[in-house]
Amino acid sequence: MHPFLQSLLGGLLLGGAALLLMGTIGRTAGISGIVSGLWKPTAPRGWQAAFVLGLALAGGAGFALFPSRFDAGDSAGVPVTIAAGLLVGFGSRLGSGCTSGHGICGLARLSPRSAVSVGTFMAAAGVTVFVVRHLLGGGQ
Amino acid sequence: MSGLVTALFSGLLFGAGLLVSGMTMPSKVLGFLDVAGDWDPSLAFVMVGGIGINLVLGRLLLKRAAPLWAPVFSLPTATAIDGPLVWGAVIFGIGWGLGGYCPGPALVTAAGGGQALLFVAAMLVGMAAEEWLARRRALAQASCVGDG
Repeated sequence: MHPFLQSLLGGLLLGGAALLLMGTIGRTAGISGIVSGLWKPTAPRGWQAAFVLGLALAGGAGFALFPSRFDAGDSAGVPVTIAAGLLVGFGSRLGSGCTSGHGICGLARLSPRSAVSVGTFMAAAGVTVFVVRHLLGGGQ
Repeated sequence: MSGLVTALFSGLLFGAGLLVSGMTMPSKVLGFLDVAGDWDPSLAFVMVGGIGINLVLGRLLLKRAAPLWAPVFSLPTATAIDGPLVWGAVIFGIGWGLGGYCPGPALVTAAGGGQALLFVAAMLVGMAAEEWLARRRALAQASCVGDG
């Protein structure tokens, strides 16, 4: 399948997952919000844990069936990976969402806050990649 | 109980979508973000699909009085374009551009072990740090109001 079609199909699947969550328990499929909700549960009790378990199960099955969907060579080094994780965790909470909550759910609701967030994090990520790859000459 | 089952199934479906789309490969994500290099635009279609289906069906869904198994749709209420929104997005974007992982793909990929596990651990620390700072700020504000 053409990579564009794969991505489109993947987008439809995760968009469908968001619809399912909203349609049944009225919650937004924003991953950073769900993860931080693990330690402050909202009704129905345990839904965040169930969702994260689903993500992990998908990952486990994917790793067994389609190992090529995982990067074999871990590209970034340990210090960069730790820094990236800290920034992603801190920033997604401070900014009330990430690529899923703002990028899919919020944009689909035409939320101005999400539009500002997505424009900002896309630009920041693009500039970061540019600096790392083209100015510092590191990267892949 | 049925809510927990659909939450589990939604997580599975979401994870499958991330795998199918290619979002679980940091090299592909960085290739998408590298507009000045050998640009790989395919991940834009994740947004097209994800937003598209929600634009159409989500709109119909939210016209209903309530979700199936909850009293209300819990939607964000904030409307202000403020500092935390913008700075949070800047910080998040830098982290995304450094590692090629955002939270969903990181959790899915961590099931295969490797560096994604380390990323997830650091991400949890970052989240906890933000919440600790926010709580401290709220406490400081409350005590100022009390003093005044």
